[in-house]
Amino acid sequence: MVGRTLYDKILDRHAIVSEGDRSLLYVDFHLIHEVTTPQAFEGLSIAGRSVRRPDRTLAVADHNVPTIGQAKGIEAIARSDSRIQLQTLQSNVAAAGIPFFGLNDPRNGVVHVVGPEQGFTQPGMVIVCGDSHTSTHGAFGALAFGIGTSEVEHVLATQTIWQARSRNMRIVFEGTPQPWLEAKDMALAMIGQIGTNGATGCVIEYAGEAIRALTMEGRMTLCNMSIEAGARAGMVAPDEVTFSYLRNRPGAPSEELREQAELYWRDYYTDEDAVFDEEIVIDISSAAPAVTWGTSPQDVVPVDGKVPSPTQSDDPAAAASIRQSLEYMGLTAGTKITDIAIERVFIGSCTNGRIEDLRQAAAVANGRHVAPGVRAMVVPGSGQVRLQAEAEGLDKVLLEAGFEWREPGCSMCLAMNDDRLEPFERCASTSNRNFQGRQGRDGRTHLMNPAMAAAAAVTGRITDIRELDL
Amino acid sequence: MRSVDTITGTAVPLLQANIDTDQILPKQFLRTISRDGLADALFFDWRFDNEGTENPDFILNQPAYRNASILIGGANFACGSSREHAVWALLDFGISCVIAPSFAEIFAGNAANNGLLLITLAQAQVEALAAEAAGPDAQFRIDLPPQVILTPSQREVAFDFNQDAKRKLIAGLDAIGETLVHKAAIASFEARQDRAMPWLSHSSIKDTAE
Repeated sequence: MVGRTLYDKILDRHAIVSEGDRSLLYVDFHLIHEVTTPQAFEGLSIAGRSVRRPDRTLAVADHNVPTIGQAKGIEAIARSDSRIQLQTLQSNVAAAGIPFFGLNDPRNGVVHVVGPEQGFTQPGMVIVCGDSHTSTHGAFGALAFGIGTSEVEHVLATQTIWQARSRNMRIVFEGTPQPWLEAKDMALAMIGQIGTNGATGCVIEYAGEAIRALTMEGRMTLCNMSIEAGARAGMVAPDEVTFSYLRNRPGAPSEELREQAELYWRDYYTDEDAVFDEEIVIDISSAAPAVTWGTSPQDVVPVDGKVPSPTQSDDPAAAASIRQSLEYMGLTAGTKITDIAIERVFIGSCTNGRIEDLRQAAAVANGRHVAPGVRAMVVPGSGQVRLQAEAEGLDKVLLEAGFEWREPGCSMCLAMNDDRLEPFERCASTSNRNFQGRQGRDGRTHLMNPAMAAAAAVTGRITDIRELDL
Repeated sequence: MRSVDTITGTAVPLLQANIDTDQILPKQFLRTISRDGLADALFFDWRFDNEGTENPDFILNQPAYRNASILIGGANFACGSSREHAVWALLDFGISCVIAPSFAEIFAGNAANNGLLLITLAQAQVEALAAEAAGPDAQFRIDLPPQVILTPSQREVAFDFNQDAKRKLIAGLDAIGETLVHKAAIASFEARQDRAMPWLSHSSIKDTAE
């Protein structure tokens, strides 16, 4: 028998029936939130259908919530349309019996931070959510992908989803990274290399010594950004790092079932003789921290690089795209990246809002102060992350350094709430998308890792973290 | 779901690559709990300034394209956020078909679930169609059953289409109803899994959430 990939194995074990090129997959875990579900519940109600497995579903409030005053619960939301949206989720999940972490529940937070930290995200699972960054959960060796609202309705009603088989892509990260080279930089380097549709039609398996060396937080950051390369999903085969992360988390197998579960999870790896449709090797041993300069995550340069010029490209369409990005970003070709001044900093999101990210930001902030004229916001990925950070005193370090210490939510990653850029403000951001207007209309986003974002906050310009005296 | 068969009308070219769903439907319109009423939100930040005044330079605001029923897009069309609102806004505006060199996958799934026809053609073919799209009299006709686009110059352009997806679009089938035909198979899979992996139910979310 020909060897199978990790992806093949998960697909094969979850296929209930197959029709043509697609299979009906059983969904082990379904995460939902307030923004992409109201129309799905409405559809169920119109058709007279019920939620098949409320016990395999978890609801959080994250995309459209304020990051201050959450103890007040729904009263914390000023806008009536936003309040109605969250109330709609509350009444829908209450009627269906779906567990819900509300605004004032310390377990609430960004959906892709909460699932893993509560231990619900496990190896070998099929996980879906009405959010493109569901790829995050692939860090555990799960097949996890974002879906639309009609598909959310389908999963609620049937606990299944139709999927065509994706192509297998392996991206091998080789080499030992230099200090301050983070998972975020690996993700940006990859997207810069293969482009935003470089993995369209593919599920990426990340492999190599640099992946094995990553913590679960780092693996989540990397898998999170798979979607920015166009991939259906990204995944890392589970190992001891995964198993030890999962131990003693509320949703993880109990002590008496743990061995049995781990034995089962160990089956989820790619056979040595498995063949990938595409294979890419990226050597990161000499890579520098990455920064985006344009309006697509593929617009990446090393921090010691320069803003590119349209004349660099022979392709007229690519040249036009660079010109357009430079105009939107208010940048001049040839400018040194470290000469770009910023006014705002956002540290948080499902990409970089975990405890390790906040520890790095605090390490940079310690003994320093946010530069004059800069507003820097730290938004923990969840209530648990916030509590952990406070137990470690990170909040004090950050507050003393002049950062704002916020409550959990998606916040300025997509700027649905009040946390957003003003027109033409420039932001060093640990989020995942630098699209036009993503963080606020006419706002200018530079993506980077959390330590780099904190460094930008204290210097007032994009800074090579390696040159800061740490 | 609406069924798709023949689409006629003018086409609006927006050929830049990587148009993301944040552009198609900006975040401030995600606060809705309805699928309807998103026509004015489509490409909002490109169509309108901060005061809500139309930007006359943007192509969708030009008289020849205001009533377009076809959008001719660039590669990796509708990448980024999974928001199905992008599809609802296109349909609500009157766009019934998007033709592009490639589409982001989540968007493609959303389009299929709402009867928005997506046609994939080579970059050169897409550009040739866009070149024919100028003017209010540039009428296109797209016939899904024979998979043919008839251009304003009466040129016939054939396109590939998944036969299973075509059958569903033409019939406008209810996807959930179709799946529930397999109800028994789903139930037996579920029962097998609950037996083989007791930790899934043992550690069920309910236990910890209460």
